[in-house]
Amino acid sequence: MKAIEIDNLSKSYNKGKVQALSSVSFEVERGELFGLIGPDGAGKTTLFRLLTTLLSPDAGRATVDGYDIVKEYHAIRSRVGYMPGRFSLYPDLSVEENLQFFAALFGVNVEESYDLIAPIYKQIEPFRTRRAGKLSGGMKQKLALSCALIHRPSILFLDEPTTGVDAVSRSEFWDMLAGLKERGITILVSTPYMDEASRCDRIALCNEGRILGIDTPHDIVRGFDNRLYGISAKNMFTLLERARAMEGVVECYPFGQRHHLVADDSFSVEQFTRQLSDIEGLEIASAEPTIEDMFIKLMKR
Amino acid sequence: MRTFLVLLQKEFLQIRRNSFLPKLIIAFPIMVMLIMPLIMTMDVRNVNVAIVDLDRSTTSRRIASHVEASEYLTLAQTTAEYPLALEALEQGDVDVIVQIPADFERDMAVSTPEHISITANAVNATKGGIGMQYVVQTIVRTLGEIGGERAPVKVSELITVENRYNPTLNYRHYMIPALMIILFILICGFLPALSIVGEKESGSIEQINVTPISRFTFTLAKLVPYWIIGLFVVTVAMLIARLVYGLAPVGSVWAIYLGAVLFILTISGFSLTIANFSDTMQQTMFVMFFFIMIFMLMSGLLTPVDSMPEWAQRFTLILPPRYYVEILRAVYLKGTTLSELWINYAALGGFAVVFNTLAAITYKKRS
Repeated sequence: MKAIEIDNLSKSYNKGKVQALSSVSFEVERGELFGLIGPDGAGKTTLFRLLTTLLSPDAGRATVDGYDIVKEYHAIRSRVGYMPGRFSLYPDLSVEENLQFFAALFGVNVEESYDLIAPIYKQIEPFRTRRAGKLSGGMKQKLALSCALIHRPSILFLDEPTTGVDAVSRSEFWDMLAGLKERGITILVSTPYMDEASRCDRIALCNEGRILGIDTPHDIVRGFDNRLYGISAKNMFTLLERARAMEGVVECYPFGQRHHLVADDSFSVEQFTRQLSDIEGLEIASAEPTIEDMFIKLMKR
Repeated sequence: MRTFLVLLQKEFLQIRRNSFLPKLIIAFPIMVMLIMPLIMTMDVRNVNVAIVDLDRSTTSRRIASHVEASEYLTLAQTTAEYPLALEALEQGDVDVIVQIPADFERDMAVSTPEHISITANAVNATKGGIGMQYVVQTIVRTLGEIGGERAPVKVSELITVENRYNPTLNYRHYMIPALMIILFILICGFLPALSIVGEKESGSIEQINVTPISRFTFTLAKLVPYWIIGLFVVTVAMLIARLVYGLAPVGSVWAIYLGAVLFILTISGFSLTIANFSDTMQQTMFVMFFFIMIFMLMSGLLTPVDSMPEWAQRFTLILPPRYYVEILRAVYLKGTTLSELWINYAALGGFAVVFNTLAAITYKKRS
């Protein structure tokens, strides 16, 4: 039995005017750290809300831990941990009170699960009498994760846990997830940051309610079968416009300090530099494709 | 059960931690009960009277002195010219003008005299109407006295007046039960609704909805604190009524408490239903205000139901506060017993069931 099985799941809002998810299907293996990668509006949160039984699907079916999300929602609620994208614990209760409150809701003691949450909770324990609303962003996130884990869920749903968190805390957070995965917990995590995708076992790239591709981060990148160059010049904007108009250029888009240029077989570097020789400071070099490049490629298709 | 207690504890903790709710819960009933009865009075006092005395006789002077002696009337001016008095009325310095025609006393002795004319400023219909009544009574009494000095029996001694249940016609005694109901509506009606919608706004309700706890447990834990607060408030209000205004219920205190319990259940169920349909506090507040306006103005809290138009009277049958205001006034002022008011209790019980069922049905953990 797979941890999560999703079969042609669809959901729309506003009486069908907004299609949030269209026939999404995929499976998550037990003990897998599975990432949903996609921009805002890709349908990530809708998918989470469906799987955590907060929403009813329009069509399709899905099981979580073997239970149907529509019929057996009650069984699911005691087996999953959910950390919504927005901090939604009680800001007027202290760290400790929040944890004890959620433990009590699931009918467990904090002590019973302490070993599981300890690596995370220990970091905020010095502040246990502080009101949750007064914690810093990173600490709030750790508390939320502790609360989501308090009942030893078999599957953990994390909706954009690292949005709005600094780079160091983000990296720490992924370390914590790796630790939880080692304890056999299946984790479904969403993020808009492409660079975090490499920390997942497998990822699904999604956009506008559809899955564009599912694979390991490594294989996703390997599926990028065009040549890729990084180009730069003094006037980046002119460069972008000129490059896009050239023959053999499939795509050209800003990528950090440089532009990424996706080329087909008819592209040649010499011809490129010759034709754009009037552009000051032109540089072109081969580049390694990233998940973001793959995402853009899949999106344009 | 343990889950329920934990939820309850959390609610109390949140109320206590709130920066202004505890203060409000203590100060609000005390303030309302101490100050509002002094202000919300329909007693008409200080009616300014101008007398246009064209007669200048003993009778006219006697009328003037009676006006001056009345505790409700003030003799603002005596002139001999009606336009002057009318000008004062327009300025608002005078509320009622009494014009005594020339030769009034002489004509009265021999035949029917010319009429005394009374003009009242009726912009404030209550003050105008009641002020006019007082003036008429004063004049009739004066004339009665004058007539009585000649006749064997004084007219005024032929009538005795008794105001049953509120012997001194104290308007406060009428208003205090109404104020208690307003307190209930605000504390047990507004607060639970705002508390639930607050959880929707902060997103914490999501976190609750993914747990296995039932919606009934969650909703009940939201209500119980406000039921307790409501009963505390009614106790404080009754104590203040007793100690400050000397108003103790003629009937049984338990009849009041039973009504309070039913009314609190009704109004909190009602507010939960509204909370279930709203996503923001703003929305809840506005919808609640809409209904509270209707409750306040149409349930007989401020104006008697009996003097409303027929259709409005029928409409009041679906307003829960109407039943409790009747219970409170009847028990407080008349000492009516539970068995005589059973229809009111049954109606409140019915509303409590309807609204709470509605609240339970409309609260969904999944959208």
